[in-house]
Amino acid sequence: MSRPLAIIIWSIAIITAGLFAWPKWRLPESVSAHSAAIDHQFKITLIVIGVGFTLTHAALGYAVWRYRAKNGERASNSSGNARVEIILAAITGLTFIALAITGQRVWARLQLNQAPPISLVDAVRVEVVAQQFAWNFRYPGADGKFGRTDPRLYNDADNSIGARPGPLGIDSTDPAGKDDVVTTTLVAPVNRPISLTLRSKDVIHDFYVPALRLKQDAVPGMKINIHFTATREGRYEIACAELCGKFHHQMRAYLDVKSPRDYEEWLKKNGK
Amino acid sequence: MTIKAQTTKPFTFIANCIANRIANCIGRYVFSRDHRIIGLQYFFLALTAALVGSAMSLLMRLRLAWPRSRWPWLETIFPGGFQDGLMKPEFYLAMVTMHGTIMIFMVLSVAPQSAFGNYFLPIQLGAREMVFPRLNMISFWLTLASFVVLMSALFTAGGAPIGGWTFYPPLSAVASAGPGQDSGADLWLISVGIFCLASFLGSINFIVTTLTRRTKGMSLARMPLTCWGWFTTACVSLLAFPVLFIACLLLFLDRNYGMSFFKPAGLVVSERFIEGGGGSPLLWQHLFWFFGHPEVYLVIIPVMGVISHVMATFARKPVFGYRTMVVAIVAIGALGFLIWGHHMFVSGMNPRIGVAFSVLTLVIGVPSAVKTFNWLGTLWGARIRYATPMLFAIGFVSLFVSGGVTGLALGQTALDMVFHDTYFVTGHFHLIMGVAAVFGIFAATYYWFPKIFGRKMNEAMGKTHFWLTFVGVYAIFVPFHLLGVAGHPRRYADTLWFEFLKPLEPLHVLITIAAFVTVAAQLIFVANFLWSLWKGARAGDNPWEATTLEWTGEASNVAGLPPVVYRGPYEYSTPGAAKDYSMQTEM
Repeated sequence: MSRPLAIIIWSIAIITAGLFAWPKWRLPESVSAHSAAIDHQFKITLIVIGVGFTLTHAALGYAVWRYRAKNGERASNSSGNARVEIILAAITGLTFIALAITGQRVWARLQLNQAPPISLVDAVRVEVVAQQFAWNFRYPGADGKFGRTDPRLYNDADNSIGARPGPLGIDSTDPAGKDDVVTTTLVAPVNRPISLTLRSKDVIHDFYVPALRLKQDAVPGMKINIHFTATREGRYEIACAELCGKFHHQMRAYLDVKSPRDYEEWLKKNGK
Repeated sequence: MTIKAQTTKPFTFIANCIANRIANCIGRYVFSRDHRIIGLQYFFLALTAALVGSAMSLLMRLRLAWPRSRWPWLETIFPGGFQDGLMKPEFYLAMVTMHGTIMIFMVLSVAPQSAFGNYFLPIQLGAREMVFPRLNMISFWLTLASFVVLMSALFTAGGAPIGGWTFYPPLSAVASAGPGQDSGADLWLISVGIFCLASFLGSINFIVTTLTRRTKGMSLARMPLTCWGWFTTACVSLLAFPVLFIACLLLFLDRNYGMSFFKPAGLVVSERFIEGGGGSPLLWQHLFWFFGHPEVYLVIIPVMGVISHVMATFARKPVFGYRTMVVAIVAIGALGFLIWGHHMFVSGMNPRIGVAFSVLTLVIGVPSAVKTFNWLGTLWGARIRYATPMLFAIGFVSLFVSGGVTGLALGQTALDMVFHDTYFVTGHFHLIMGVAAVFGIFAATYYWFPKIFGRKMNEAMGKTHFWLTFVGVYAIFVPFHLLGVAGHPRRYADTLWFEFLKPLEPLHVLITIAAFVTVAAQLIFVANFLWSLWKGARAGDNPWEATTLEWTGEASNVAGLPPVVYRGPYEYSTPGAAKDYSMQTEM
């Protein structure tokens, strides 16, 4: 029993490590300014994981192969070895903490700069409003200001009710809201910071763009800011990553990254 | 007939029931206050729940692998869950929710702690009973009631809730937010509330028994590591379950009595404005995970104890670093309360707090790694006997490592932004707290079956069960991680709506096939269990030549002198001794 077990343990380790090393199972293409740093951190982490996983399974398989019961032989009576335990604990402790700390750098750059840094001053500001089961995007329009909203004015189905019918409950009495642009596709200029404010109408959703390495819950009652810079033109899928109801798996929208000129043109065409 | 024989063989019980007065039988075997009967009751509850939960996972796998296929014969079984033979997405999500709830609460929280703990804690301590036998009985019946209430959610008009076992409001707070969120969700909250109460009462029993009922000579440092596991887990339960209980109560008030703990102002659900407000959806997440993270440790800690215990027996070696193992168990239990925020990195919680939770999360990896090293240390220089319990113990170590290492990625805030709520997480926790814990439960069952029923389980069937399950779970859950790396969100009813998911469909088919084979292999276990009850080879008092008190051949709660302990729990292969093991009762 010892040899087949050792062989199975080793085989599982080799196959698993091989699958993760195989280029087919890589992260999706990445098109944001911060994604290279995240992917790098993942690579480092994957190497640490791979080494830990492989060495432990190699040792486990070895012990299983080597130390099977033999007639009349007694096992070692060793009940521990403080030096070995301390050395191994110290190595893992240092490795884990080093990973934790290096992992914070990307996070800090993305998340701890809540007040827009210099580069975000000329950022494109977009409000994302999630609802069962759709994404809405609101641009402030020429005045650069978002109009006031009131949840009582939310009105998708019947446009005859409400002071000013509009998808996101925009208050018609607020002049700042007159030129707001509401779309169902997130259009963004390439290489320019995009500052998003996430809101939700009903339940918790999660704004998830695999290609951006970006994921953030949209929580009703909260306004959550995140920012990114897309570095390649193209059309990317936006998914919902927080269970939000029966059509959670269908809650799709697109991120359309355009050249600055195309973006301005689009803005002109859609603005009022 | 001796008392021992009466209480250790369930089929003698049944014969007695028929022969003797039914009332007497009910008192002794149904509303029993005997810790061994209660342990068995918990065990069979967990076994039933595990079969139900596995069946639900297979239903989920069907839709994921073949989302466009029609299953008219399933529609005849679940008329509400299918339409024209196609599984409705809300039925899929109801299965997600129920599978998670049943497995986490009714199986993983019950089998390692309540089932084996109740049976063996008093015996291994040399106590005659749990301190509060009546309370123990109440704990079991509350747990059973909780299971019945949970299952009844399936039969409500809207079906079972669809919000996942984490039950995040406002989805779970507003009945109109989805099918199953009406009375099904109320029943879920009632069920989990009852379960919290049962676990809380049970934990008091475990703690007081451990502290006050140890027999002469059984110092804390001579307790088997199983007892350390059960004791630490009870301490964690005592602090964690009340928090979930309160959270469930508050959510129930939100739903039914116009309160607004978790509902913010200005909600518009299904085109309706929800009055009230001022609550916080994040408050639920904090309360839930303050319970929920310790919960994963209270699943795995008693299993860790079992693995060390089984491993020493079959390695014929003392546990490597007994004191370190105790310190690691207690450290994991304590640190487990400080890292709940790693479930909430992208929840909208202040990202600065995420930094602290992230560092603490990787710190808890250290005692877990130390335990792994010490299991390897226990095998080093051993003379391993490859009986079925040992196979499952070794399998556990492999799964614990495989499931644990990915925590290094998930514990980092920035990487969690990539993997949060993807199959990477699902794969991670299924390996480390799902199947690793289940391997612990199997190891415990094969190991203690001879003590409980007087017969050994069949080795050939046991080994077949092990091989199929060990390979099967890897075939299921390694692809989960690959799906996660590719960005596949969890809790998606199908992959048809996204271009980036469509190429992943073949992997779902592979996983589903592996899942069916692996679940079918569990029928070998069930068959072996039943077969061995009648036909298993008779086991003597100490079939594994182990050292602890459950193998001394004395029933713990019969009249007579309690055992006296002279030795530590794992004295194997002592040089110069006549045998390669010395029992704790040997002078």
